[in-house]
Amino acid sequence: MLGEGIVKGLVETARNFAGSFVSAERLTTVQYPEERIAPIEATRDFPFLVYDGQDWEAGMRCVACQICEKECPPKCIYIVKSTDKKPDFVGKPQFYPARFDIDISVCMSCQICVEVCPFEAIKMDTEFELSTDDRFGGLLHDRERLARSNEYYHRIHPTEADEVDARLAEAKAKADAKSTAAHISAAVRGAEIPARPAGGGD
Amino acid sequence: MTERMDQIFVLLRQWLVGFLPEAWQAAAGVVLSVAAIVCLFPALFALTTVFERKGLARIQNRIGPNRVGPFGFFQPVADGIKSLTKEDIVPISADGVVHFLAPVVLVVAVFMGFAVLPMGRNMVLVDADAGLLFFFAVGASTELSVFMAGWSSRNKYSLLGAMRAVAQMISYEVPLLLSSVAVVMIAGSLSLTKIVEAQNHYTWGLPHWYIFTPWGLAGFLMFAIAATSETNRSPFDLPEGESELVAGYHTEYSGFKFALFFLGEYLAMFSISGLGTTLFLGGWSAPFSWLGWVPSWIWFFSKVMLSIFVFIWLRGTLPRLRQDQLMNFAWKFVLPLTLTNLMAAAAWRFLGDGWERWVVCSAVLALAYAGLGWAEMRRGHFGPRSYRYAE
Repeated sequence: MLGEGIVKGLVETARNFAGSFVSAERLTTVQYPEERIAPIEATRDFPFLVYDGQDWEAGMRCVACQICEKECPPKCIYIVKSTDKKPDFVGKPQFYPARFDIDISVCMSCQICVEVCPFEAIKMDTEFELSTDDRFGGLLHDRERLARSNEYYHRIHPTEADEVDARLAEAKAKADAKSTAAHISAAVRGAEIPARPAGGGD
Repeated sequence: MTERMDQIFVLLRQWLVGFLPEAWQAAAGVVLSVAAIVCLFPALFALTTVFERKGLARIQNRIGPNRVGPFGFFQPVADGIKSLTKEDIVPISADGVVHFLAPVVLVVAVFMGFAVLPMGRNMVLVDADAGLLFFFAVGASTELSVFMAGWSSRNKYSLLGAMRAVAQMISYEVPLLLSSVAVVMIAGSLSLTKIVEAQNHYTWGLPHWYIFTPWGLAGFLMFAIAATSETNRSPFDLPEGESELVAGYHTEYSGFKFALFFLGEYLAMFSISGLGTTLFLGGWSAPFSWLGWVPSWIWFFSKVMLSIFVFIWLRGTLPRLRQDQLMNFAWKFVLPLTLTNLMAAAAWRFLGDGWERWVVCSAVLALAYAGLGWAEMRRGHFGPRSYRYAE
Protein backbone atom coordinates (compact mmCIF):
# COMPACT_ATOMS: atom_id res chain seq x y z
CA MET A 1 0.00 0.00 0.00
CA LEU A 2 1.31 3.38 -0.94
CA GLY A 3 2.32 5.52 2.01
CA GLU A 4 2.99 2.63 4.36
CA GLY A 5 6.69 3.38 4.55
CA ILE A 6 6.06 7.03 5.32
CA VAL A 7 3.80 6.12 8.21
CA LYS A 8 6.36 3.65 9.53
CA GLY A 9 9.05 6.30 9.31
CA LEU A 10 6.88 8.86 11.07
CA VAL A 11 6.20 6.41 13.88
CA GLU A 12 9.91 5.72 14.23
CA THR A 13 10.86 9.39 14.43
CA ALA A 14 8.01 10.07 16.83
CA ARG A 15 9.31 7.27 19.02
CA ASN A 16 12.74 8.84 18.97
CA PHE A 17 11.32 12.26 19.72
CA ALA A 18 9.33 11.08 22.72
CA GLY A 19 11.94 8.58 23.84
CA SER A 20 14.71 11.13 23.99
CA PHE A 21 12.79 12.93 26.74
CA VAL A 22 12.23 9.88 28.91
CA SER A 23 15.16 7.55 28.41
CA ALA A 24 18.61 8.84 29.25
CA GLU A 25 20.43 6.19 27.30
CA ARG A 26 19.00 7.46 24.04
CA LEU A 27 20.76 10.77 24.51
CA THR A 28 24.40 9.99 23.98
CA THR A 29 25.50 13.61 23.86
CA VAL A 30 28.23 14.59 26.30
CA GLN A 31 27.93 18.33 26.93
CA TYR A 32 31.63 18.93 26.75
CA PRO A 33 32.84 21.85 28.82
CA GLU A 34 30.68 20.85 31.78
CA GLU A 35 30.66 17.12 31.27
CA ARG A 36 33.70 15.18 30.28
CA ILE A 37 34.39 11.56 29.64
CA ALA A 38 37.81 10.22 30.52
CA PRO A 39 39.89 9.63 27.40
CA ILE A 40 40.54 6.00 26.59
CA GLU A 41 44.05 4.82 27.27
CA ALA A 42 45.07 4.64 23.64
CA THR A 43 44.22 8.31 23.08
CA ARG A 44 46.99 10.31 21.50
CA ASP A 45 47.34 13.68 19.88
CA PHE A 46 50.67 15.48 20.07
CA PRO A 47 54.10 14.36 21.33
CA PHE A 48 55.67 15.43 24.60
CA LEU A 49 59.12 14.94 26.13
CA VAL A 50 59.43 12.74 29.19
CA TYR A 51 61.68 13.72 32.08
CA ASP A 52 62.58 11.79 35.23
CA GLY A 53 62.72 13.33 38.68
CA GLN A 54 61.67 16.84 39.61
CA ASP A 55 63.76 19.09 37.39
CA TRP A 56 62.64 18.94 33.80
CA GLU A 57 65.89 20.26 32.44
CA ALA A 58 68.12 17.86 34.35
CA GLY A 59 65.88 14.81 33.99
CA MET A 60 65.03 15.09 30.32
CA ARG A 61 65.54 11.75 28.63
CA CYS A 62 66.12 13.20 25.19
CA VAL A 63 69.73 13.01 24.05
CA ALA A 64 69.20 15.10 20.91
CA CYS A 65 70.00 12.20 18.60
CA GLN A 66 67.68 13.87 16.06
CA ILE A 67 66.26 10.60 14.76
CA CYS A 68 62.71 11.85 15.31
CA GLU A 69 63.52 15.10 13.56
CA LYS A 70 64.69 13.16 10.50
CA GLU A 71 61.84 10.66 10.57
CA CYS A 72 59.04 13.14 11.12
CA PRO A 73 56.93 13.01 7.92
CA PRO A 74 55.62 16.59 8.05
CA LYS A 75 58.92 17.87 9.49
CA CYS A 76 57.42 19.58 12.49
CA ILE A 77 60.29 18.87 14.89
CA TYR A 78 63.26 21.21 15.22
CA ILE A 79 66.20 20.20 17.43
CA VAL A 80 69.43 22.00 18.30
CA LYS A 81 71.99 19.74 19.90
CA SER A 82 73.78 21.03 22.97
CA THR A 83 77.53 21.61 22.99
CA ASP A 84 78.06 20.19 26.48
CA LYS A 85 76.85 16.93 27.98
CA LYS A 86 74.84 15.95 31.00
CA PRO A 87 74.50 12.54 32.62
CA ASP A 88 71.52 10.43 31.53
CA PHE A 89 69.53 8.04 33.69
CA VAL A 90 72.34 5.51 33.95
CA GLY A 91 74.83 8.22 34.69
CA LYS A 92 76.42 8.28 31.26
CA PRO A 93 77.22 11.76 29.85
CA GLN A 94 74.97 12.55 26.88
CA PHE A 95 74.09 15.50 24.72
CA TYR A 96 70.79 17.12 25.41
CA PRO A 97 68.54 19.29 23.23
CA ALA A 98 69.38 22.97 23.57
CA ARG A 99 66.23 23.56 21.58
CA PHE A 100 63.42 21.16 20.91
CA ASP A 101 60.44 22.68 19.13
CA ILE A 102 57.34 20.95 17.81
CA ASP A 103 54.96 22.89 15.63
CA ILE A 104 51.63 21.31 16.53
CA SER A 105 49.93 23.12 13.70
CA VAL A 106 52.02 20.92 11.40
CA CYS A 107 52.14 17.74 13.46
CA MET A 108 49.86 15.03 12.13
CA SER A 109 49.88 12.89 15.28
CA CYS A 110 51.32 9.89 13.44
CA GLN A 111 53.44 8.77 16.42
CA ILE A 112 56.42 7.90 14.21
CA CYS A 113 58.71 9.99 16.46
CA VAL A 114 57.63 7.78 19.36
CA GLU A 115 58.23 4.61 17.38
CA VAL A 116 61.76 5.55 16.39
CA CYS A 117 62.97 7.06 19.67
CA PRO A 118 65.54 4.67 21.19
CA PHE A 119 65.58 6.54 24.50
CA GLU A 120 61.87 6.43 25.41
CA ALA A 121 62.12 10.19 25.52
CA ILE A 122 59.20 11.26 23.35
CA LYS A 123 55.67 10.01 23.96
CA MET A 124 52.17 10.96 22.86
CA ASP A 125 50.11 13.31 24.99
CA THR A 126 46.35 13.31 25.51
CA GLU A 127 46.03 17.04 26.17
CA PHE A 128 43.67 18.43 23.54
CA GLU A 129 42.65 21.86 24.81
CA LEU A 130 45.44 23.60 22.96
CA SER A 131 43.57 26.30 21.12
CA THR A 132 45.22 29.69 21.18
CA ASP A 133 44.73 33.10 19.64
CA ASP A 134 48.40 33.21 18.69
CA ARG A 135 48.42 31.40 15.44
CA PHE A 136 52.17 30.91 15.08
CA GLY A 137 53.95 31.25 18.43
CA GLY A 138 51.11 29.72 20.37
CA LEU A 139 51.21 26.55 18.36
CA LEU A 140 55.01 26.23 18.36
CA HIS A 141 55.72 24.36 21.56
CA ASP A 142 59.26 24.66 22.94
CA ARG A 143 61.01 22.08 25.12
CA GLU A 144 59.81 23.61 28.37
CA ARG A 145 56.22 23.41 27.18
CA LEU A 146 56.77 19.91 25.88
CA ALA A 147 58.42 18.56 29.02
CA ARG A 148 56.19 16.29 31.10
CA SER A 149 57.19 14.20 34.09
CA ASN A 150 57.26 10.43 34.03
CA GLU A 151 54.48 10.53 36.64
CA TYR A 152 52.30 12.39 34.17
CA TYR A 153 53.09 9.75 31.59
CA HIS A 154 52.03 7.08 34.06
CA ARG A 155 48.82 8.92 34.64
CA ILE A 156 47.77 9.19 31.01
CA HIS A 157 49.08 5.88 29.63
CA PRO A 158 49.57 3.59 32.66
CA THR A 159 50.13 0.29 30.86
CA GLU A 160 52.49 1.69 28.31
CA ALA A 161 54.44 3.65 30.92
CA ASP A 162 54.89 0.54 33.07
CA GLU A 163 56.36 -1.31 30.11
CA VAL A 164 58.70 1.58 29.41
CA ASP A 165 59.79 1.75 33.03
CA ALA A 166 60.47 -1.98 33.09
CA ARG A 167 62.58 -1.70 29.96
CA LEU A 168 64.55 1.22 31.33
CA ALA A 169 65.10 -0.53 34.66
CA GLU A 170 66.39 -3.57 32.81
CA ALA A 171 68.78 -1.44 30.79
CA LYS A 172 69.96 0.32 33.91
CA ALA A 173 70.49 -2.97 35.74
CA LYS A 174 72.50 -4.27 32.82
CA ALA A 175 74.60 -1.13 32.73
CA ASP A 176 75.16 -1.22 36.49
CA ALA A 177 76.14 -4.88 36.35
CA LYS A 178 78.62 -4.19 33.63
CA SER A 179 80.17 -1.22 35.35
CA THR A 180 80.57 -2.98 38.68
CA ALA A 181 81.87 -6.22 37.17
CA ALA A 182 84.59 -5.01 34.88
CA HIS A 183 84.94 -1.22 34.89
CA ILE A 184 84.51 -1.07 31.18
CA SER A 185 85.98 2.00 29.63
CA ALA A 186 83.83 5.01 28.92
CA ALA A 187 84.41 4.63 25.20
CA VAL A 188 82.80 1.20 25.16
CA ARG A 189 79.94 2.41 27.27
CA GLY A 190 79.41 5.34 24.98
CA ALA A 191 78.65 2.99 22.11
CA GLU A 192 76.02 1.23 24.09
CA ILE A 193 72.52 2.51 24.17
CA PRO A 194 69.66 1.03 26.11
CA ALA A 195 68.38 -1.58 23.76
CA ARG A 196 64.70 -1.95 23.12
CA PRO A 197 63.49 -5.51 23.28
CA ALA A 198 62.05 -6.93 20.09
CA GLY A 199 58.39 -6.19 19.55
CA GLY A 200 58.43 -3.41 22.10
CA GLY A 201 56.26 -1.17 20.03
CA ASP A 202 53.71 1.14 21.57
CA MET B 1 -15.17 38.45 29.80
CA THR B 2 -14.60 35.65 27.30
CA GLU B 3 -15.96 37.97 24.65
CA ARG B 4 -13.42 40.60 25.76
CA MET B 5 -10.52 38.15 25.60
CA ASP B 6 -11.65 36.94 22.23
CA GLN B 7 -11.75 40.46 20.84
CA ILE B 8 -8.83 41.83 22.86
CA PHE B 9 -6.74 42.81 19.86
CA VAL B 10 -9.65 44.36 18.04
CA LEU B 11 -10.56 46.37 21.15
CA LEU B 12 -6.94 47.33 21.70
CA ARG B 13 -6.74 48.67 18.19
CA GLN B 14 -9.99 50.60 18.60
CA TRP B 15 -8.72 52.10 21.84
CA LEU B 16 -5.39 53.13 20.34
CA VAL B 17 -6.99 54.55 17.23
CA GLY B 18 -9.43 56.49 19.40
CA PHE B 19 -6.67 58.91 20.36
CA LEU B 20 -6.40 60.12 16.78
CA PRO B 21 -8.63 62.56 14.88
CA GLU B 22 -11.57 61.05 13.03
CA ALA B 23 -10.04 61.43 9.57
CA TRP B 24 -6.92 59.42 10.40
CA GLN B 25 -8.59 56.59 12.24
CA ALA B 26 -9.17 54.22 9.34
CA ALA B 27 -5.63 54.54 8.01
CA ALA B 28 -4.11 54.28 11.50
CA GLY B 29 -6.08 51.12 12.15
CA VAL B 30 -4.67 49.50 9.05
CA VAL B 31 -1.14 50.61 9.91
CA LEU B 32 -1.52 49.15 13.39
CA SER B 33 -2.74 45.82 12.06
CA VAL B 34 0.06 45.68 9.53
CA ALA B 35 2.59 46.51 12.23
CA ALA B 36 1.18 43.74 14.40
CA ILE B 37 1.49 41.21 11.58
CA VAL B 38 4.97 42.38 10.64
CA CYS B 39 6.14 42.06 14.25
CA LEU B 40 4.30 38.92 15.22
CA PHE B 41 5.26 36.57 12.44
CA PRO B 42 9.01 37.24 12.47
CA ALA B 43 8.86 36.68 16.24
CA LEU B 44 7.10 33.42 15.59
CA PHE B 45 9.75 32.65 13.00
CA ALA B 46 12.49 33.19 15.58
CA LEU B 47 10.74 30.87 17.98
CA THR B 48 10.15 28.28 15.29
CA THR B 49 13.81 28.11 14.31
CA VAL B 50 14.66 27.11 17.87
CA PHE B 51 11.81 24.65 18.07
CA GLU B 52 12.73 23.19 14.73
CA ARG B 53 16.36 22.70 15.68
CA LYS B 54 15.41 21.24 19.02
CA GLY B 55 12.72 19.04 17.51
CA LEU B 56 15.00 17.72 14.80
CA ALA B 57 17.66 17.10 17.41
CA ARG B 58 15.25 15.11 19.54
CA ILE B 59 14.18 13.09 16.52
CA GLN B 60 17.85 12.23 16.05
CA ASN B 61 18.35 11.58 19.78
CA ARG B 62 20.41 14.70 20.25
CA ILE B 63 19.84 17.60 22.63
CA GLY B 64 19.87 20.53 20.24
CA PRO B 65 20.86 24.12 20.91
CA ASN B 66 20.87 24.86 24.63
CA ARG B 67 23.70 27.34 25.11
CA VAL B 68 22.26 30.80 24.49
CA GLY B 69 19.88 31.79 27.23
CA PRO B 70 17.60 29.44 29.14
CA PHE B 71 17.23 26.18 27.17
CA GLY B 72 18.77 27.88 24.17
CA PHE B 73 15.75 30.06 23.51
CA PHE B 74 17.87 33.12 22.77
CA GLN B 75 19.59 31.29 19.94
CA PRO B 76 17.70 33.36 17.31
CA VAL B 77 19.06 36.52 18.92
CA ALA B 78 22.58 35.22 18.47
CA ASP B 79 21.75 34.14 14.92
CA GLY B 80 20.25 37.53 14.18
CA ILE B 81 23.30 39.41 15.45
CA LYS B 82 25.51 37.09 13.48
CA SER B 83 23.65 37.57 10.23
CA LEU B 84 23.51 41.34 10.75
CA THR B 85 27.23 41.65 11.35
CA LYS B 86 28.30 39.36 8.55
CA GLU B 87 29.78 40.76 5.41
CA ASP B 88 27.29 41.13 2.60
CA ILE B 89 29.02 39.65 -0.42
CA VAL B 90 27.66 40.23 -3.90
CA PRO B 91 29.43 38.33 -6.67
CA ILE B 92 31.25 40.66 -9.06
CA SER B 93 29.40 39.30 -12.08
CA ALA B 94 26.02 39.29 -10.36
CA ASP B 95 23.18 41.54 -11.46
CA GLY B 96 23.32 43.85 -8.46
CA VAL B 97 19.84 45.31 -8.58
CA VAL B 98 18.01 42.02 -9.06
CA HIS B 99 20.29 40.33 -6.57
CA PHE B 100 19.30 42.94 -4.02
CA LEU B 101 15.61 42.90 -4.91
CA ALA B 102 15.07 39.14 -4.80
CA PRO B 103 14.97 38.67 -0.99
CA VAL B 104 12.95 41.86 -0.58
CA VAL B 105 10.39 40.73 -3.14
CA LEU B 106 10.16 37.36 -1.44
CA VAL B 107 9.50 38.76 2.01
CA VAL B 108 7.07 41.38 0.74
CA ALA B 109 5.12 38.84 -1.32
CA VAL B 110 4.94 36.43 1.58
CA PHE B 111 3.79 39.12 3.99
CA MET B 112 1.02 40.11 1.58
CA GLY B 113 -0.55 36.67 2.01
CA PHE B 114 -1.21 37.36 5.69
CA ALA B 115 -3.48 40.24 4.75
CA VAL B 116 -6.44 38.01 3.98
CA LEU B 117 -5.96 35.31 6.64
CA PRO B 118 -8.58 35.48 9.39
CA MET B 119 -6.51 34.97 12.54
CA GLY B 120 -9.43 35.17 14.88
CA ARG B 121 -13.01 36.33 15.03
CA ASN B 122 -13.04 39.78 13.34
CA MET B 123 -9.27 39.60 13.10
CA VAL B 124 -8.58 39.92 9.42
CA LEU B 125 -6.71 42.78 7.85
CA VAL B 126 -8.62 42.84 4.57
CA ASP B 127 -11.87 40.92 4.44
CA ALA B 128 -11.65 40.46 0.69
CA ASP B 129 -14.46 38.74 -1.17
CA ALA B 130 -11.89 36.88 -3.24
CA GLY B 131 -9.37 36.42 -0.43
CA LEU B 132 -8.38 32.95 -1.53
CA LEU B 133 -7.68 34.15 -5.03
CA PHE B 134 -5.60 37.02 -3.70
CA PHE B 135 -3.64 34.64 -1.49
CA PHE B 136 -2.75 32.37 -4.38
CA ALA B 137 -1.98 35.26 -6.70
CA VAL B 138 0.44 36.76 -4.21
CA GLY B 139 1.82 33.38 -3.19
CA ALA B 140 2.64 32.57 -6.79
CA SER B 141 4.90 35.61 -7.02
CA THR B 142 7.36 34.07 -4.59
CA GLU B 143 8.46 31.91 -7.51
CA LEU B 144 9.50 35.08 -9.25
CA SER B 145 11.74 36.14 -6.42
CA VAL B 146 13.29 32.70 -6.23
CA PHE B 147 14.07 32.83 -9.89
CA MET B 148 15.36 36.39 -9.57
CA ALA B 149 17.75 35.20 -6.87
CA GLY B 150 18.95 32.24 -8.88
CA TRP B 151 19.32 34.13 -12.12
CA SER B 152 20.98 37.26 -10.80
CA SER B 153 23.61 35.38 -8.82
CA ARG B 154 25.43 34.16 -11.92
CA ASN B 155 26.20 30.90 -10.26
CA LYS B 156 25.49 27.48 -11.65
CA TYR B 157 24.20 26.16 -8.33
CA SER B 158 21.94 29.14 -7.88
CA LEU B 159 20.56 28.79 -11.36
CA LEU B 160 20.04 25.06 -11.04
CA GLY B 161 18.31 25.62 -7.73
CA ALA B 162 16.11 28.30 -9.22
CA MET B 163 15.21 26.10 -12.19
CA ARG B 164 14.26 23.31 -9.85
CA ALA B 165 12.32 25.71 -7.65
CA VAL B 166 10.31 27.10 -10.53
CA ALA B 167 9.57 23.67 -11.98
CA GLN B 168 8.55 22.37 -8.58
CA MET B 169 6.52 25.35 -7.46
CA ILE B 170 4.59 25.61 -10.70
CA SER B 171 3.90 21.88 -10.73
CA TYR B 172 2.58 21.88 -7.20
CA GLU B 173 0.69 25.13 -7.59
CA VAL B 174 -1.87 23.15 -9.61
CA PRO B 175 -2.79 20.56 -6.94
CA LEU B 176 -2.58 23.27 -4.29
CA LEU B 177 -5.20 25.30 -6.09
CA LEU B 178 -7.35 22.35 -7.08
CA SER B 179 -7.44 20.94 -3.57
CA SER B 180 -8.67 24.30 -2.28
CA VAL B 181 -11.23 24.56 -5.07
CA ALA B 182 -13.11 21.68 -3.42
CA VAL B 183 -13.51 23.84 -0.32
CA VAL B 184 -14.71 26.75 -2.41
CA MET B 185 -17.25 24.47 -4.08
CA ILE B 186 -18.72 23.40 -0.76
CA ALA B 187 -18.47 26.70 1.09
CA GLY B 188 -19.69 28.62 -1.93
CA SER B 189 -17.34 31.52 -1.34
CA LEU B 190 -13.80 32.65 -2.04
CA SER B 191 -13.81 34.77 1.08
CA LEU B 192 -11.70 33.17 3.79
CA THR B 193 -13.83 34.59 6.58
CA LYS B 194 -16.92 33.02 5.02
CA ILE B 195 -15.11 29.70 4.65
CA VAL B 196 -14.26 29.73 8.37
CA GLU B 197 -17.81 30.66 9.30
CA ALA B 198 -19.14 27.81 7.16
CA GLN B 199 -17.11 25.40 9.30
CA ASN B 200 -17.83 27.07 12.61
CA HIS B 201 -20.90 25.19 13.78
CA TYR B 202 -21.23 22.05 15.81
CA THR B 203 -23.21 18.81 15.94
CA TRP B 204 -23.09 16.93 19.28
CA GLY B 205 -20.23 19.21 20.29
CA LEU B 206 -18.14 18.26 17.31
CA PRO B 207 -17.19 20.84 14.69
CA HIS B 208 -18.08 20.73 11.01
CA TRP B 209 -14.50 21.20 9.86
CA TYR B 210 -13.94 20.14 6.31
CA ILE B 211 -11.15 17.79 7.31
CA PHE B 212 -13.80 15.58 8.93
CA THR B 213 -15.38 14.83 5.57
CA PRO B 214 -13.97 12.34 3.07
CA TRP B 215 -13.30 14.93 0.41
CA GLY B 216 -11.95 17.31 3.05
CA LEU B 217 -9.50 14.77 4.42
CA ALA B 218 -8.28 13.88 0.95
CA GLY B 219 -8.15 17.55 0.04
CA PHE B 220 -6.23 18.36 3.19
CA LEU B 221 -3.65 15.65 2.53
CA MET B 222 -3.19 16.82 -1.06
CA PHE B 223 -3.04 20.40 0.16
CA ALA B 224 -0.43 19.46 2.77
CA ILE B 225 1.71 17.69 0.18
CA ALA B 226 1.46 20.59 -2.23
CA ALA B 227 2.10 23.10 0.56
CA THR B 228 5.22 21.26 1.67
CA SER B 229 6.47 21.37 -1.86
CA GLU B 230 5.40 24.96 -2.36
CA THR B 231 7.40 26.09 0.67
CA ASN B 232 10.43 24.02 -0.38
CA ARG B 233 10.35 22.00 2.77
CA SER B 234 11.87 18.57 3.12
CA PRO B 235 11.23 16.07 1.51
CA PHE B 236 10.66 18.50 -1.37
CA ASP B 237 13.64 20.74 -0.63
CA LEU B 238 15.31 20.11 -3.96
CA PRO B 239 15.73 23.80 -4.81
CA GLU B 240 18.14 24.20 -1.94
CA GLY B 241 19.29 20.62 -1.52
CA GLU B 242 22.45 21.37 0.38
CA SER B 243 24.07 18.05 -0.44
CA GLU B 244 23.67 18.69 -4.16
CA LEU B 245 23.50 22.42 -4.80
CA VAL B 246 25.39 24.04 -1.90
CA ALA B 247 22.31 26.07 -0.98
CA GLY B 248 20.41 26.30 -4.24
CA TYR B 249 19.09 29.68 -5.23
CA HIS B 250 20.48 31.45 -2.17
CA THR B 251 24.02 30.13 -2.56
CA GLU B 252 25.35 33.60 -3.29
CA TYR B 253 23.54 35.31 -0.45
CA SER B 254 25.17 36.13 2.82
CA GLY B 255 24.50 38.22 5.87
CA PHE B 256 21.09 39.72 6.23
CA LYS B 257 19.95 38.99 2.70
CA PHE B 258 20.34 35.33 3.48
CA ALA B 259 18.44 35.89 6.71
CA LEU B 260 15.66 37.47 4.67
CA PHE B 261 15.43 34.38 2.49
CA PHE B 262 15.33 32.27 5.59
CA LEU B 263 12.64 34.51 7.04
CA GLY B 264 10.68 34.43 3.79
CA GLU B 265 10.75 30.66 3.74
CA TYR B 266 9.41 30.37 7.26
CA LEU B 267 6.83 33.08 6.72
CA ALA B 268 5.64 31.18 3.67
CA MET B 269 5.33 28.15 5.91
CA PHE B 270 3.23 30.11 8.39
CA SER B 271 1.00 31.60 5.75
CA ILE B 272 0.40 28.32 3.96
CA SER B 273 -0.27 26.64 7.31
CA GLY B 274 -2.65 29.46 8.10
CA LEU B 275 -4.41 28.92 4.81
CA GLY B 276 -4.62 25.15 5.36
CA THR B 277 -6.00 25.83 8.81
CA THR B 278 -8.55 28.23 7.42
CA LEU B 279 -9.65 25.95 4.60
CA PHE B 280 -9.72 22.55 6.28
CA LEU B 281 -9.19 22.86 10.02
CA GLY B 282 -11.90 25.36 10.75
CA GLY B 283 -9.65 28.42 11.04
CA TRP B 284 -10.13 30.06 14.41
CA SER B 285 -13.01 27.86 15.54
CA ALA B 286 -12.66 25.67 18.61
CA PRO B 287 -12.32 21.89 18.18
CA PHE B 288 -15.18 21.20 20.61
CA SER B 289 -18.18 23.36 21.26
CA TRP B 290 -17.53 23.39 25.03
CA LEU B 291 -14.12 24.93 24.36
CA GLY B 292 -15.75 27.97 22.78
CA TRP B 293 -14.68 30.19 25.67
CA VAL B 294 -11.01 30.00 24.63
CA PRO B 295 -10.17 33.05 22.48
CA SER B 296 -10.41 32.35 18.78
CA TRP B 297 -6.93 33.62 17.98
CA ILE B 298 -5.45 31.03 20.35
CA TRP B 299 -7.08 28.31 18.26
CA PHE B 300 -5.82 29.74 15.03
CA PHE B 301 -2.24 29.98 16.24
CA SER B 302 -2.31 26.57 17.93
CA LYS B 303 -3.45 25.04 14.68
CA VAL B 304 -0.74 26.85 12.75
CA MET B 305 1.93 25.76 15.21
CA LEU B 306 0.63 22.21 15.05
CA SER B 307 1.01 22.30 11.27
CA ILE B 308 4.53 23.66 11.71
CA PHE B 309 5.28 20.76 14.03
CA VAL B 310 4.10 18.35 11.36
CA PHE B 311 6.37 20.11 8.85
CA ILE B 312 9.29 19.60 11.23
CA TRP B 313 8.32 16.02 11.87
CA LEU B 314 8.22 15.31 8.15
CA ARG B 315 11.58 16.99 7.72
CA GLY B 316 13.03 14.77 10.41
CA THR B 317 11.62 11.66 8.78
CA LEU B 318 11.78 11.78 5.02
CA PRO B 319 14.78 11.89 2.71
CA ARG B 320 14.82 14.23 -0.26
CA LEU B 321 13.10 13.17 -3.46
CA ARG B 322 14.77 13.06 -6.83
CA GLN B 323 13.62 15.57 -9.43
CA ASP B 324 11.86 12.97 -11.59
CA GLN B 325 10.20 11.42 -8.56
CA LEU B 326 9.00 14.86 -7.55
CA MET B 327 7.49 15.53 -10.97
CA ASN B 328 5.98 12.06 -11.26
CA PHE B 329 4.41 12.48 -7.88
CA ALA B 330 2.90 15.84 -8.75
CA TRP B 331 1.50 15.07 -12.16
CA LYS B 332 0.74 11.37 -11.95
CA PHE B 333 -0.51 11.05 -8.42
CA VAL B 334 -1.41 14.28 -6.64
CA LEU B 335 -3.05 15.94 -9.62
CA PRO B 336 -5.33 12.99 -10.57
CA LEU B 337 -6.28 12.60 -6.95
CA THR B 338 -7.20 16.26 -6.58
CA LEU B 339 -9.30 16.00 -9.73
CA THR B 340 -11.03 12.95 -8.29
CA ASN B 341 -11.46 14.92 -5.11
CA LEU B 342 -13.25 17.66 -7.03
CA MET B 343 -15.68 15.03 -8.30
CA ALA B 344 -16.10 13.68 -4.80
CA ALA B 345 -16.79 17.17 -3.47
CA ALA B 346 -19.37 17.70 -6.19
CA ALA B 347 -21.01 14.39 -5.30
CA TRP B 348 -20.98 15.43 -1.65
CA ARG B 349 -22.72 18.64 -2.52
CA PHE B 350 -25.49 16.99 -4.53
CA LEU B 351 -26.10 13.71 -2.65
CA GLY B 352 -28.03 15.33 0.13
CA ASP B 353 -27.52 15.04 3.87
CA GLY B 354 -27.84 11.27 4.28
CA TRP B 355 -25.22 8.62 4.88
CA GLU B 356 -24.98 7.85 1.14
CA ARG B 357 -22.64 10.71 0.43
CA TRP B 358 -20.23 9.50 3.12
CA VAL B 359 -20.09 6.04 1.56
CA VAL B 360 -19.88 7.24 -2.03
CA CYS B 361 -17.21 9.88 -1.42
CA SER B 362 -15.09 7.65 0.82
CA ALA B 363 -15.30 4.76 -1.61
CA VAL B 364 -14.40 6.87 -4.64
CA LEU B 365 -11.43 8.48 -2.91
CA ALA B 366 -10.15 5.30 -1.28
CA LEU B 367 -10.40 3.46 -4.59
CA ALA B 368 -8.64 6.26 -6.42
CA TYR B 369 -5.87 6.35 -3.82
CA ALA B 370 -5.38 2.61 -3.73
CA GLY B 371 -5.66 2.22 -7.49
CA LEU B 372 -3.32 5.04 -8.37
CA GLY B 373 -0.85 3.96 -5.72
CA TRP B 374 -0.95 0.37 -6.89
CA ALA B 375 -0.49 1.35 -10.53
CA GLU B 376 2.36 3.72 -9.81
CA MET B 377 4.11 1.31 -7.50
CA ARG B 378 3.83 -1.42 -10.08
CA ARG B 379 5.40 0.81 -12.66
CA GLY B 380 8.17 1.53 -10.22
CA HIS B 381 7.53 5.23 -9.93
CA PHE B 382 6.98 5.01 -6.19
CA GLY B 383 7.87 2.54 -3.53
CA PRO B 384 11.13 1.18 -2.23
CA ARG B 385 14.10 2.28 -4.26
CA SER B 386 15.73 -0.41 -6.37
CA TYR B 387 19.45 -0.30 -6.97
CA ARG B 388 20.76 -1.53 -10.25
CA TYR B 389 24.40 -1.87 -9.31
CA ALA B 390 24.68 -1.57 -5.57
CA GLU B 391 22.91 -4.78 -4.62
